[in-house]
Amino acid sequence: MEIIITGILLGGAYALIAVGLTIQYGVARIMNLATGETLVASCFCTFWMFNSLKINPILGIFLIAPAAFILNWAIYSLLLLPLVRRAKNKAMLEVDSILATFGILFLLEGLMLVGFGGEYFSYSFLSTSYTIAGTAYGLNRIVAFLAAVLITGTLYVFLTHTRYGTSVRAVAVDPAAAGLVAINVDRVSAFAFALGGVVTAAGGTLLSTFYTFNASMGVVFTMKALIIVIMGGVGDVRGAVIAALILGIAETATATLIDPGLTIAATYFLFILILLFRPQGLFGRQTT
Amino acid sequence: MRVSNLCKAMSIGLISVMIGFSSVQAQDVIKVGMSAAKTGPLSGGTAVTQWPNLKLWEHTVNAKGGIKVGDKRMPVKIFEYDDRSHPTDAVKNIQRMINKDKVDFVVAPYGTGINLAVAPILAKYGYPHIAVSSITDKGDEFTKRWPNMFLTLGTSTGFAESVADVLKKMRDQGKIGNKVAVVNVADAFGIELAHVGKPALEKAGFEIVYETSYPLGTQDLAPVINGAKNAKPDAFVAFSYPPDTFALTEQAKISNLEVKAFYVGVATCFPAFEKRFGSAAQGIFGAGGINPDTPEMKAYFKSHLEVTGVAADYWASATTYASLQVLEQAIERAGTIDHPQVIKTIKNGTFDTVMGKITFDGNINRKFWTMGQWQDGVFYGVASTGLDGEKEPIIKTGWK
Repeated sequence: MEIIITGILLGGAYALIAVGLTIQYGVARIMNLATGETLVASCFCTFWMFNSLKINPILGIFLIAPAAFILNWAIYSLLLLPLVRRAKNKAMLEVDSILATFGILFLLEGLMLVGFGGEYFSYSFLSTSYTIAGTAYGLNRIVAFLAAVLITGTLYVFLTHTRYGTSVRAVAVDPAAAGLVAINVDRVSAFAFALGGVVTAAGGTLLSTFYTFNASMGVVFTMKALIIVIMGGVGDVRGAVIAALILGIAETATATLIDPGLTIAATYFLFILILLFRPQGLFGRQTT
Repeated sequence: MRVSNLCKAMSIGLISVMIGFSSVQAQDVIKVGMSAAKTGPLSGGTAVTQWPNLKLWEHTVNAKGGIKVGDKRMPVKIFEYDDRSHPTDAVKNIQRMINKDKVDFVVAPYGTGINLAVAPILAKYGYPHIAVSSITDKGDEFTKRWPNMFLTLGTSTGFAESVADVLKKMRDQGKIGNKVAVVNVADAFGIELAHVGKPALEKAGFEIVYETSYPLGTQDLAPVINGAKNAKPDAFVAFSYPPDTFALTEQAKISNLEVKAFYVGVATCFPAFEKRFGSAAQGIFGAGGINPDTPEMKAYFKSHLEVTGVAADYWASATTYASLQVLEQAIERAGTIDHPQVIKTIKNGTFDTVMGKITFDGNINRKFWTMGQWQDGVFYGVASTGLDGEKEPIIKTGWK
């Protein structure tokens, strides 16, 4: 029980790290290597707002999210759209976007270093215990998990039950065909990229309540996000969430029952299994 | 033809004047280079411990007009390089500093591994290498191999055995029981300390009821703390690194790990630790320490905050600054920036620093702080290898 709850809470945190990337990669077809930096930048914003302006991190999401939306929209339309336009095929866009976002990664990291220096940052928010079935859990982790449920749930409903969500999925399936049915592909792509950025930023805000972070830690989150996105199937919110939960529970079970030293091994073992038996990911579509 | 010859002659003349001018200039300042992490995994510690001290030293020395070499004062000019936490970059940076910037002295980088990586190159060029954030048990071997190398901060054995010593003392006083949980981060420092610490605890008669390790960078440590909690230890010891030092403490607080002694490794002494945990930090042990009550140390903390805008940590910050003071005093005593003479002066002298008097025995500072404890918002050294001012350790009473 303890393992499952701890694992689910961890899975919620992982989902927050990965869902943004899966939307960005699935719909806008941008393999955003700067996703970890987006997350850490949001951690810094939250930290700064909490420490200087005394803004509650949960409320902070409502300030950070619109900013992240505008910023990511701008990044897509100014920096990435030219790459999309000149790309002759999917592979070319993938290579170009990886290189471009690799650059953005260093730019963001550099800006954070200039602004905050290389130190570790953390603060105490809701770091009290909440008892479920006789075991104490961090309230901040529970809040982050609940927010993850809310965010991914809203996303899922939006994507499957609204008209605009349907057009987003249409672009994810086939941008060329989506254009033929009067969907403004550029705009939907920019929207999806910005939406992914918002989810990642919201994740950063929530994770900053219990993680210690510094300007150089983005890559850690990017790695985790990549594993989850590939395991879940690119562009599928359900897949990413389920992969995140599986990883969270598997890691916690390994740490508790076998040895905490083997958590990374457990992660990559699962990753290899998925790649061997379902290379398109849990919910991924078979490539033709 | 004639015109071009004239041009040639003029330009040669101009170049030689410029070279002459710049060499005159070079003798007016002492160029000091430092390559350390500004990015990468080591940057978190470097930003607290290393960079601010270089700035403070530059400020203090130049405010006096510089280092007194013979009968003139020479200001220091600093060259900074980022090694991105990679040993290969560190080596390249130092080569560049020496060959291109022509620095007169090099400040040691941050990190045990990186210091060892750059040691051969500094030895090749004969530069004094006063390493601080480099903790190893093989100091004697290294300083024999590289006679220009000095070690200041201590040995893994010193740190690990101190934990056993302090806990034993508390047990013998009847303050704590006999059961210990020991965990470590699976990386160089953590493994080495656990390797020495566990036998030391067993030898001191402790029963290790829970032991494990976890990968570098892990921040989800509920399984570790809960595992330890189920074993009902009297003391919890973690040889940990910065992000996990924070995560373990937070989780212990949440799970209400009821131990009378709680030890976490690197970064416990950081001001950010106390800032985050506030009164819950009371009674937490950590690696390192200083005697914050000496007048030198009080003055150092004050000027560190004033000049750099950030607070010094309660361990390696002061030693880092002391290492720069050693270099400065050695240059002044030698009366020259000639490397062999400066190295000889460091080997044989006693230096007045913020840490008190420092002497090197076989190139190694053998008196260092090994363990400290948060008491009323200050991290006091509670154990050392022969320093004055060790504070009496207290037991941990809850997480409020």
